[in-house]
Amino acid sequence: MTVSVRKSPPGSDAAAPPARQRRVRAGRRRLRERATIVGFLLPALALFAALVLVPILFALYTSLFRWGGFGWPDDFVGLENFVKLFKDEVFLGDLWRGFVLIALSVVVQLPFALAMAVLLNQNLRGRAFYRLLFFAPYVLSEVITGVLFTMIFAPDSGLADHIMDLIGLGDLGITWFASSDTVLITLFLVMTWKYFGFHMILYLAGLQSIPKDVLEAAAIDGAGPWQRFRHVTLPLLGPTIRISVFLSVIGAIQLFDLVWVTTAGGPVHASETMAVTMFQFGFKRYQVGYASAISVVMFLISFVFALFYQRYVLRRDLEGAVTSMRGRR
Amino acid sequence: MGTSQLSRRTFLAAAGLAGLSVPLLNACGGSGSSDKNIEWWNIATTEPGKTLWRQAVQEFQAAHEGVTIKQNSMENDAYKSKMTAQTASGKLPDIFHTWGGGVLKQQVDAGLVRDITDDVASWINDLSPIARQAYQFDGKTYAVPYDIGMVGFWYNKAHFEKAKIEKPPATWGEFLEAVRKLKAAGITPIALAGKEKWPGHYYWAYLAIRVGGVAAVQEAAKTNDFTADPFVQAGRHLKELVDLQPFQNGFLGASYPSTNGQAALMGNGKTAMELMGQWAPNVQKEMGKGLGDDLGFFPFPAVEGGSGAVTEVFGGGGGNAIARDGSDTAIEFLKFFASVENDRKRVASGAYLPITKGAESAIKDPNLRTVWETLNKATGFQQYFDQAFPPAVGQEVNDQTAALIAGKATPEQVAQAVTRAAKGQ
Repeated sequence: MTVSVRKSPPGSDAAAPPARQRRVRAGRRRLRERATIVGFLLPALALFAALVLVPILFALYTSLFRWGGFGWPDDFVGLENFVKLFKDEVFLGDLWRGFVLIALSVVVQLPFALAMAVLLNQNLRGRAFYRLLFFAPYVLSEVITGVLFTMIFAPDSGLADHIMDLIGLGDLGITWFASSDTVLITLFLVMTWKYFGFHMILYLAGLQSIPKDVLEAAAIDGAGPWQRFRHVTLPLLGPTIRISVFLSVIGAIQLFDLVWVTTAGGPVHASETMAVTMFQFGFKRYQVGYASAISVVMFLISFVFALFYQRYVLRRDLEGAVTSMRGRR
Repeated sequence: MGTSQLSRRTFLAAAGLAGLSVPLLNACGGSGSSDKNIEWWNIATTEPGKTLWRQAVQEFQAAHEGVTIKQNSMENDAYKSKMTAQTASGKLPDIFHTWGGGVLKQQVDAGLVRDITDDVASWINDLSPIARQAYQFDGKTYAVPYDIGMVGFWYNKAHFEKAKIEKPPATWGEFLEAVRKLKAAGITPIALAGKEKWPGHYYWAYLAIRVGGVAAVQEAAKTNDFTADPFVQAGRHLKELVDLQPFQNGFLGASYPSTNGQAALMGNGKTAMELMGQWAPNVQKEMGKGLGDDLGFFPFPAVEGGSGAVTEVFGGGGGNAIARDGSDTAIEFLKFFASVENDRKRVASGAYLPITKGAESAIKDPNLRTVWETLNKATGFQQYFDQAFPPAVGQEVNDQTAALIAGKATPEQVAQAVTRAAKGQ
């Protein structure tokens, strides 16, 4: 491909060409710029279409069929899969459990991460070590975490039961993953262990971008530590918190690996999530049409949530990043 | 300065185009297999299978000039998942592992499996009829077995002695009594991997077979109606057992092959019994210490008033099928793999039971001999429900028995839910 080489940067042109010529040249330049943009975007777009758009559309299509995964779907059933889905107790339970996990994440896990971040933002001996320590679980794969905690929470012989014995609570006979009453909360403990470090690092980064002079000014004006936190730190941390809530919610909607390794959704569906139910139907029962319907609902929930969240909650944070073009052109 | 800026842009544009061409070039890849290059997907990931499978491939390659068999061994569940994805693409590997039954039937119906009836006609009848049965539909053969076995109770003789149980229970009533005695003696009667569900389904399935016979199960498979008396009765009897709380602490979260799972509990002498297939002693040794001479085997007890004979057995095996486009060389290999010589090697390893006449003398372990004799004298054979039925029905059986064992479903609800799944197929 040939690119005509301009002799010198614009503006330094010695003799300005006539206006018409200038316009044509500007138009050509713009065209070339567009072509370059398209050229760069094309590979990414092609990959995105092949790996994201096509599967989504295909899932949408197969969700309308009774299909076992063999050959091309041909038994069209309309919306029957969706009707069945919203009568399925397990799936309705998935929605409820998803809601519980999201609520716990936002109400317990994130405030805990924030507290740790504030603590580790102080001048504390060995804080770099603690930061690393709390962040380390996030680096582990979900599968390793799962295997680790199935051992820790193993009935009778596991570490958790030894600790319960030591602090005198062994008689409660909590069976962690093995009882439908405690499995969800145990799962949440593991999730917190794994993910709070990530949110903590986010908050730490946010905290460090807060100018010291603002806090000092507040202190000089007589604001106590709590007031400084509540009225200076927290509002300035807003963008970070909003993003962290967003990631947490999307993560909870799609939760799969950790559940699959620790409980496989059991006992009796008590820890099943939408993704686990989808896997069960798609890969265990060969009811791919029905599994597609589940994935479509998952997609819609995530999509609608992301859309509304970005539109109404993240709007201020995204201003400048997404909306700048409108101002300039 | 201006020049460098422009050349940079040219460079980037060229790089962009180059980037674009990479996925396009890749899309043109792909490979086909010829008669000489055979791909074999199997589940031989643990010893002794791993070594035996490799040896068989090497011997076959040495005897057949130019033939290469490429093995792809996967762990059980990973294999099933990968096969699901593969069947959707419509192309299966030349030779692939199968448990027969409902899954194989679906693959056959989808036209993915080669009908090898005529190719194997000259030698398939040398194999044991029970071993063959799961791979034959409507008089046609679709796969060749390499292993066969059955489920029964494995028990710890020392624990039975301590609980003063003189002889292995022969009826369900005696069995429940044995459980009570074991509990009274402070021994956990039964190890169960509740997380995995399939070990639990053995109880419900065997009870149904004892109450109504294999005939009742085959009738239900045909009519898709599991609400008949044997299945409800099976649930009630299972509930009698569950009500005694015979399983280890936290069994609902336990897996089968892990360091604190069902096999390890048995192998380390922590529980008195497990209901498991012929591979149980091996896994007990692998996951725990193994019981040695203390390990005993007894068939699933008869149910009082049931019409099923105690000689009807519940089990399954493993086999290999050929893909639609699979070559004659691949079939040749299956013949070689099913030969008496290869069968003897497998049996001698102590992890497999004979599928041929003439390999039984290689059985060394007395318990496995008992299993084989029981199998050989069987008056009826029923394959594992989660393999024999279509996957959606099999998984529902597993799910529902798990719910029953956890006290979350009644025997009637189990029968109805399984029927719903079967009718929905």
